[in-house]
Amino acid sequence: MAERAALEELVRLQGERVRGLKQQKASAEQIEEEVAKLLKLKAQLGPDEGKQKFVLKTPKGTRDYSPRQMAIREKVFDVIISCFKRHGAEVIDTPVFELKETLTGKYGEDSKLIYDLKDQGGELLSLRYDLTVPFARYLAMNKLTNIKRYHIAKVYRRDNPAMTRGRYREFYQCDFDIAGQFDPMIPDAECLKIMCEILSSLQIGDFLVKVNDRRILDGMFAICGVPDSKFRTICSSVDKLDKVSWEEVKNEMVGEKGLTPEVADHIGDYVQQHGGVSLVEQLLQDPKLSQNKQALEGLEDLKLLFEYLTLFGIADKISFDLSLARGLDYYTGVIYEAVLLQTPVRPGEEPLGVGSVAAGGRYDGLALEEKVRTTETQVLVASAQKRLLEERLKLVSELWDAGIKAELLYKKNPKLLNQLQYCEEAGIPLVAIIGEQELKDGVIKLRSVASREEVDVRREDLVEEIKRRTSPALCIC
Amino acid sequence: MAERAALEELVRLQGERVRGLKQQKASAEQIEEEVAKLLKLKAQLGPDEGKQKFVLKTPKGTRDYSPRQMAIREKVFDVIISCFKRHGAEVIDTPVFELKETLTGKYGEDSKLIYDLKDQGGELLSLRYDLTVPFARYLAMNKLTNIKRYHIAKVYRRDNPAMTRGRYREFYQCDFDIAGQFDPMIPDAECLKIMCEILSSLQIGDFLVKVNDRRILDGMFAICGVPDSKFRTICSSVDKLDKVSWEEVKNEMVGEKGLTPEVADHIGDYVQQHGGVSLVEQLLQDPKLSQNKQALEGLEDLKLLFEYLTLFGIADKISFDLSLARGLDYYTGVIYEAVLLQTPVRPGEEPLGVGSVAAGGRYDGLVGMFDPKGRKVPCVGLSIGVERIFSIVEQRLEALEEKVRTTETQVLVASAQKRLLEERLKLVSELWDAGIKAELLYKKNPKLLNQLQYCEEAGIPLVAIIGEQELKDGVIKLRSVASREEVDVRREDLVEEIKRRTSPALCIC
Repeated sequence: MAERAALEELVRLQGERVRGLKQQKASAEQIEEEVAKLLKLKAQLGPDEGKQKFVLKTPKGTRDYSPRQMAIREKVFDVIISCFKRHGAEVIDTPVFELKETLTGKYGEDSKLIYDLKDQGGELLSLRYDLTVPFARYLAMNKLTNIKRYHIAKVYRRDNPAMTRGRYREFYQCDFDIAGQFDPMIPDAECLKIMCEILSSLQIGDFLVKVNDRRILDGMFAICGVPDSKFRTICSSVDKLDKVSWEEVKNEMVGEKGLTPEVADHIGDYVQQHGGVSLVEQLLQDPKLSQNKQALEGLEDLKLLFEYLTLFGIADKISFDLSLARGLDYYTGVIYEAVLLQTPVRPGEEPLGVGSVAAGGRYDGLALEEKVRTTETQVLVASAQKRLLEERLKLVSELWDAGIKAELLYKKNPKLLNQLQYCEEAGIPLVAIIGEQELKDGVIKLRSVASREEVDVRREDLVEEIKRRTSPALCIC
Repeated sequence: MAERAALEELVRLQGERVRGLKQQKASAEQIEEEVAKLLKLKAQLGPDEGKQKFVLKTPKGTRDYSPRQMAIREKVFDVIISCFKRHGAEVIDTPVFELKETLTGKYGEDSKLIYDLKDQGGELLSLRYDLTVPFARYLAMNKLTNIKRYHIAKVYRRDNPAMTRGRYREFYQCDFDIAGQFDPMIPDAECLKIMCEILSSLQIGDFLVKVNDRRILDGMFAICGVPDSKFRTICSSVDKLDKVSWEEVKNEMVGEKGLTPEVADHIGDYVQQHGGVSLVEQLLQDPKLSQNKQALEGLEDLKLLFEYLTLFGIADKISFDLSLARGLDYYTGVIYEAVLLQTPVRPGEEPLGVGSVAAGGRYDGLVGMFDPKGRKVPCVGLSIGVERIFSIVEQRLEALEEKVRTTETQVLVASAQKRLLEERLKLVSELWDAGIKAELLYKKNPKLLNQLQYCEEAGIPLVAIIGEQELKDGVIKLRSVASREEVDVRREDLVEEIKRRTSPALCIC
């Protein structure tokens, strides 16, 4: 009895120790160590028979809305919805979960943050991560070619919530999207007009809308010397410039992501710039950037956009910012993000660091087409440099001899980009890329068209690897 | 290659085996065992690269809401919410998932229908099955002793959806509950009053509210000889009487749940009865039932309830029905369920079998299960099954061929000639800034006819047409889509004119 009492006292003290460490924000390892000790002590106490554990909390990263919070929420939604309606948008709703495959491969680095449902013998499901992919699925499913819609609903992300900083694992998104083929930049301008109308009506302080373009970013990366396959990951690094210093971003790009310091510096020259339409005009004169076709397209579109924004009376709220990169894979054109300039402060309190309050962009490639493939080609044999036709012919012949369905472009020196694009259009899942260095090393670069990941495969293993990755999996949902 | 093909075949066969077992309603353990085998086989198959199948469907038992369905949904919610507000209710919201432990042990036989989230190294979570358990958790967490609240949100149940019958795995519930220690049956009566007000306002046809009491059921089971431990499971069987025959229910009670035929028959004598307050009085005279303390309590409370319902003017819609059992474990007193009497039929079509549209009851012990000190907070409430109501309203509108607008746009800003995009952008921006709901076509040089057609399809009542001559004169041509009449309006008067013509009081478009 005395032993038990002593043990219980130890448990109590250890529990306080753990709480203390958490309050002092001790290191994660130290906290974990002390928690482990606590669990061991508790285990020694044995089963707690008479003590029924009461679970009085919402899951990590989630919260209830009290009546007071609901009243505030209703006011905010009223402002937002009346703006959407004012612009002629319809409204839709979708299920809280999607088939896992619908979400897979759409979020790049963020995929690990998706909540999966347990496999209970039926379809594999995941909670929606945003409202954009469900929207694309809705469009394709209903064979819609144009719609202007808004959707207000909660989305789910398993990241590390810091709840006082306004970040949750379950949170509302209010999306507005225009789908359809229209004359350029008019819908894009309306989106920015809506963003400004809403933020003004909510009266939460001054704000700024940063604007950039994925094509300008990609063109800039290209002329700075960033390898194709690193574009998206370098985007993620550049995007952090609003929160951390250039030195930190440069370190990440060089130290973790494998860029040379020269390339990183070259990027730095561009991404630290921001301004109005005059910056657009200045870059249109930039000798290197203006030679890049993608960047040029982006700059011309931004120029047109600024004309419309002026007519809409909001140009003074817009800043062309070359460091705006936005992690998501699916943006293809203009991208934008609104930030509050002056976070509201109660006298004597620390400013609430809330940062970005709205964001968006153009995403032309996301529409999920019901792919009725007209061929069964498993792999395209491609070349990364010139004068490799002979090698391509040899390799494709080897693959055919091994029973692999393969193709190659009927061009002596095709551009890699064109070969990749061919795969996307035809629905070919893999590319076997021959390069000079790889030939010397005895490997082939095998690239997945969907995920854009590349891996070096030894030539003698290539057939097996292609077979493994492309064998038809049966769907037995 | 051959190995993989063989593996795939095994997976396919195992999948069929699992489906077969589920259809035959094999035991849960057996199904689980075979599912585990299936998952192991699937895991051996590895990642599936080449299959670029874009899956264009929502998960089983779920659906999207199109703009048209959303417009209907908004109308229905407006009726329901205005009724809740009229009775002084506050509103709350809770997360879509709860800690698994919160939901465990609260739903009895229905527990197998809960969606679990995958164990990804953190807390074990499950999707909420209803809004009642989250409510009890909210009360205990915030140490509330009384509140009158409504909550409208989707809930999740993994049962077998028959989607044409209006049953889904993801569906809306509209809950209203009163928590707190009050004088008996007044809150219970208000819940029934709210239920009747809502169902009347929705105009979905005649309805009936069946009422019973958990104590009467338990008392009845006791005097019929049902073992204590079988009360809840026999409840589930009895509850099926509204869908299947007494013979089937009796077979289940005897064949599957182990009652003797005599006990089953004895139950049958009671549960096939229903009526008004006179049935309550009759049972209060029943020699066996009135000897049972529980049943007596229940009957006395129902008598009091009927008095209040008469004062509320709804007694004629209420039927005391002894077969109403309601599967959920947590009810402790009065229980009720509203059913539609005449499902609306389009000429020549089969009636839509929709059944129950609302239900609820008293659950005094639920909050106590969450409170560390076991403090009890008595609760009574109701839940409106709106999904079924959506389909009924949808059908009704289709039958009447009523057009449902999916936007609220008041005016389209159009141009009569080319090269007027700039002017359209300026004007539409002025209208938005003045709070007018306006649109323009995303075309630099749209044809006037196309712009007018767009208005007809979308139901937009007015067009503000910009023309070169009009610009010089400082006017905009305002056209009524319905009447096709056009009038020149000075630019500075345009906003006022649009408001006047589209204000809800007057409809003179």
